[in-house]
Amino acid sequence: MSSKDTVSKTLVVAFFLCVVCSILVSGTAVILKPMQDQNRVLDRNKNILSAAGLYDPSIHSDSDIAELFSRFTPRLVDINAGRFLEAEEAIGLGIDIVNYDQRTVVTDPELSEALTSEEDLADVKRRALYQMVYLMEGDEENELDTIVLPVSGYGLWGILYGFMALEGDANTVKGLAFYELKETPGLGAEVRNPRWTALWPGKKVYAEDGSVGLTVVKGAGMGEYEIDGLSGATLTSRGVANLVQYWLGDDAFGPLLKQLGGGQSQAIAALDR
Amino acid sequence: MTSAKEVVFKPLFDNNPIALQILGVCSALAVTTQLSVTLVMCIALTSVTAFSNLFISMIRNYMPSSIRIIVQMTIIASLVIAVDQFLQAFAYEISKSLSVFVGLIITNCIVMGRAEAFAMKNPPVLSFLDGIGNGLGYSVVLIVVAVFRELLGSGSLLGYEILPLVSNGGWYQGNGLMLLAPSAFFIIGLFVWVLRSVKTEQVESAEFRIAPHAAHSHEGAF
Repeated sequence: MSSKDTVSKTLVVAFFLCVVCSILVSGTAVILKPMQDQNRVLDRNKNILSAAGLYDPSIHSDSDIAELFSRFTPRLVDINAGRFLEAEEAIGLGIDIVNYDQRTVVTDPELSEALTSEEDLADVKRRALYQMVYLMEGDEENELDTIVLPVSGYGLWGILYGFMALEGDANTVKGLAFYELKETPGLGAEVRNPRWTALWPGKKVYAEDGSVGLTVVKGAGMGEYEIDGLSGATLTSRGVANLVQYWLGDDAFGPLLKQLGGGQSQAIAALDR
Repeated sequence: MTSAKEVVFKPLFDNNPIALQILGVCSALAVTTQLSVTLVMCIALTSVTAFSNLFISMIRNYMPSSIRIIVQMTIIASLVIAVDQFLQAFAYEISKSLSVFVGLIITNCIVMGRAEAFAMKNPPVLSFLDGIGNGLGYSVVLIVVAVFRELLGSGSLLGYEILPLVSNGGWYQGNGLMLLAPSAFFIIGLFVWVLRSVKTEQVESAEFRIAPHAAHSHEGAF
């Protein structure tokens, strides 16, 4: 047995290795964290802007995002009450508005709820009680130009996450952009193809009777509520139709959107803050 | 004594970790649908292999043999976490598409294999070069696979359109198979075939032979 194989040498080597490696790992994590957080925020803002049709990668670069995004005001929505949350209420609930993420709080029983299978059209299982939406003020004072909502729903292989932007009337689609999905490349993942997302702007959300009319259909979607489904991606198309039905429906953002569309009082109050 | 030049260039074609030793194939399937992602993965793996070889070689004379594997794993795992953090800070988009596969470098057989087979027996600088060489050998195969998959599957290279797709109003019908994992197996198989046709010394001797057909068994049947 050579001298390096004694028990004490083994323990000493193991100890120093652990110390050095933990310093390396925690050091890089701590030093790089501000940059990573900045990247995450930048990425989210970019997704919101592209849903609203304000970001074009061929024209804009990352440095333009801060300026483009400055027109948006983030607001928390109490999804069950169908109203905006005031800043004081959010603080009372212990929510940090700057770093709030409705995707991570889904694991927190205080801030999220399980959905019953009848409710859960989009097959997301749980949802956050408070959802962050983004409002953009129009050129005239107190005029709501755009509202961007977070949407998610099960496609074929996993949950699609994205943002849906509506015009100030809260009834006309401005755009839809998915930023995370597990769909098949070339088939379901074509929901990100600009040629397909270009079909969405201008479509109407609510039918005459107040239900969500907007849907994805097989074959040429001609009417003002119908989007032409993706060929070869029936289940992904159905997933998108379901998530639209759910998130814009009465169980989710529906009541809020109808108020915004009906009278501008909420919108003005929301922007006036 | 092996020379530095040999250590760096031999793993490219003569002793390629994927094509000859058939190690580290898993990530070659997973991260090769886009060339840009593949290049970042290659850089990540090459730097992890090089630095883990360097550090393991530096302490090889103090490493108790009873815990040497766990010591190697700890060093490799720490380096992989550091690389992952760097990617999240400096190449966020690509780190999102690599997702879990950066973390899986820890289990890549090439890294562990070089640590155990080379760095434990050789001085630090040579071990570092060996890590670079093997990382490059891995990169050669991945880049070849990714070029075929991205070009034939999505009609582009590094995101620039080369063959305009039908779905974007062009003429090229993308090959969906190329975007799925099995195509990487086929391309690696073809790569190995071409490599062994050129470098015939890599052809393994057959484990058994099929005996010639016994002609006399037909005789006397009628």
